[in-house]
Amino acid sequence: MGRYFSRKLLIYALTFVVAVTINWLIPRFMPGDPVSAMVARAGLQSPEGVAAMREYYTGLFGFDVPVWQQYLNFWGGLLSGDLGVSLWAFPQPVTSIIMAAVPYTLGLLIPAILLSWWAGNKFGAYAARKKVLDNTVLPIWYVLTATPYMWLAILLAWALGKVAGLFPVGRSFSASLRPDWSWLFISDLISHWFLPFLSLFLVAFGGWAIGMRNLIIYELEADYSHYLGSLGAPSRLVRRYAFRNALLPQVTGLALQLGVIVGGAVVTEIVFDYRGLGYLVLEAIKASDFFLLQGIFLFIVIGVLVANFIIDIVYVLVDPRTRAGMGGGA
Amino acid sequence: MSEVDGSAPEPAAVPGVATVHGTGVRREALYFALRNRKLVGGLAVVVAFLLAAIVGPWFVTEDPLTYVGPPAAGPSGSYWLGTTTFGQDVWAQFLYGLRATFFVGSVAALIAGVIGMVVGFTAGYRGGLVDEVLNMITNVVLVLPVLAVLMIIAAYLEVRSIEVQAVIIGLFSWPWVARAVRAQTLSLRSREFVDLARLSGLPVRRIIFREIAPNMASYLFMVFILLFGGSVLFAATLDFIGLGPTDGISLGLMLNHAKQWSAMNLGLWWWFIPPGLGITVIVGSLYIMNVGLDEVFNPKLREM
Repeated sequence: MGRYFSRKLLIYALTFVVAVTINWLIPRFMPGDPVSAMVARAGLQSPEGVAAMREYYTGLFGFDVPVWQQYLNFWGGLLSGDLGVSLWAFPQPVTSIIMAAVPYTLGLLIPAILLSWWAGNKFGAYAARKKVLDNTVLPIWYVLTATPYMWLAILLAWALGKVAGLFPVGRSFSASLRPDWSWLFISDLISHWFLPFLSLFLVAFGGWAIGMRNLIIYELEADYSHYLGSLGAPSRLVRRYAFRNALLPQVTGLALQLGVIVGGAVVTEIVFDYRGLGYLVLEAIKASDFFLLQGIFLFIVIGVLVANFIIDIVYVLVDPRTRAGMGGGA
Repeated sequence: MSEVDGSAPEPAAVPGVATVHGTGVRREALYFALRNRKLVGGLAVVVAFLLAAIVGPWFVTEDPLTYVGPPAAGPSGSYWLGTTTFGQDVWAQFLYGLRATFFVGSVAALIAGVIGMVVGFTAGYRGGLVDEVLNMITNVVLVLPVLAVLMIIAAYLEVRSIEVQAVIIGLFSWPWVARAVRAQTLSLRSREFVDLARLSGLPVRRIIFREIAPNMASYLFMVFILLFGGSVLFAATLDFIGLGPTDGISLGLMLNHAKQWSAMNLGLWWWFIPPGLGITVIVGSLYIMNVGLDEVFNPKLREM
């Protein structure tokens, strides 16, 4: 078990180093010059102003020291929690802007991921080897997994938000309210939260249900299922064993899908103008705020790595083979 | 592929991998393929869209971004899918967008498929230290959230073309392919016909491509379809957040424009429904096709 965790941690540490290196490398070695781009955006007229700004940004990126020192400085700044200053919300530091947005994104993501995984697995296991369900709901699930997150979000926002008027669309809570613990504010928060949550939930749900259905069919064909069946065990019992075995690949699948779901959350937030990380991504791109964008990138990477590690722990809890040091997992 | 015929009675131990027996099996596969409703139906839809993407743009305006008609008009005889708030023809944009979608999907899937196969075959066949290193690289890229990486790269590119987008998507979507190919290579490596080829002194490259690869050809084909679908969705997501191609049009960019100019609030449904529906139908049909293919290649799933 110790070996399993140390191997996983090594992979995550390497991934983090790679991510930070990408983050450092890209502004420096991409065609084009980020400093010029930012200066051009400011639209200054006087040449003195342009020169001063150029110097300021060059210092900000740390371009004025040797390359290896730039790399070390980058790590130094990172480890002290300094991700630079946002240009979009000047002069706020990037870290505090992101910290303010993260709770909204997590509030969307965590319930959407957990509920869709749970419901998708239950429903997929129920539908497996049931011809009627297979012919009716299976195509719907396939359509759901093939749906781009933002399109389902747009459809829901338009149909349930604009046309039916059931839910408010735009922002995480009404502009007239201030965050507090009043019932008015909380209900407003929930009504703004529901549609983005629903659209994330639905797309992810289809994938889990299909995966579970296929795994159950595979497990029901396995020798132990046939043996159990031939002993006269009720089919409910056989299916329960199949379900527990099929759950393991789905736990691994959750880790693999995290990146995709986070991407889905980003675009869903953009559609609903929901004030999480996705909204920041859009604003950072519109304002060419590279520091903010890179900060968000690092936060997403760290979040995905932490979630992966939690899933690894869960895997150890549900798969006794990893505890006994017999391998299993990947 | 004919060299493998001698090893006919090998059972397919890996799910989804049929051992190649030669023409007989291929004819049998074709027999079941033509009778599989999921496969034929999905294929028909995809081919219809592909034809529209290839032929369609010749029948509409040369530049889908020009202002041709009345602003914000609903679907009509002259503008089949209506116009945008600027009077651009949505139908023309849709056809050109389909072209971009198929292009990005196939190029990215090809790149990711080739990298994944090379890494997977090498790691699985060589084993040892090579396997350790390649496996570590695969695991690292696998954990990286692809979209976030693409976002950073695309943001720093001042001029973005559809070609570049396809390449960067391909460069970061290969790890799961490498992993799956490696696992299957490991199980095929110790088969007798591979031993025979090794004993007869064939070079490694020939063993991999003539002995091992044909035995997972059906699986690799399905991998390509999944990569295509995934790449199309990635491209649409990038386009939507404003990191799409800086010139031209794609289905994702249409959604981006529709959102940017608040088509939702103005009720211009003909602007934002077709592009998303196009992506959903194409990718959905591909997934359903894949289920059909799985049933054709894997007899266990057939008798439902």
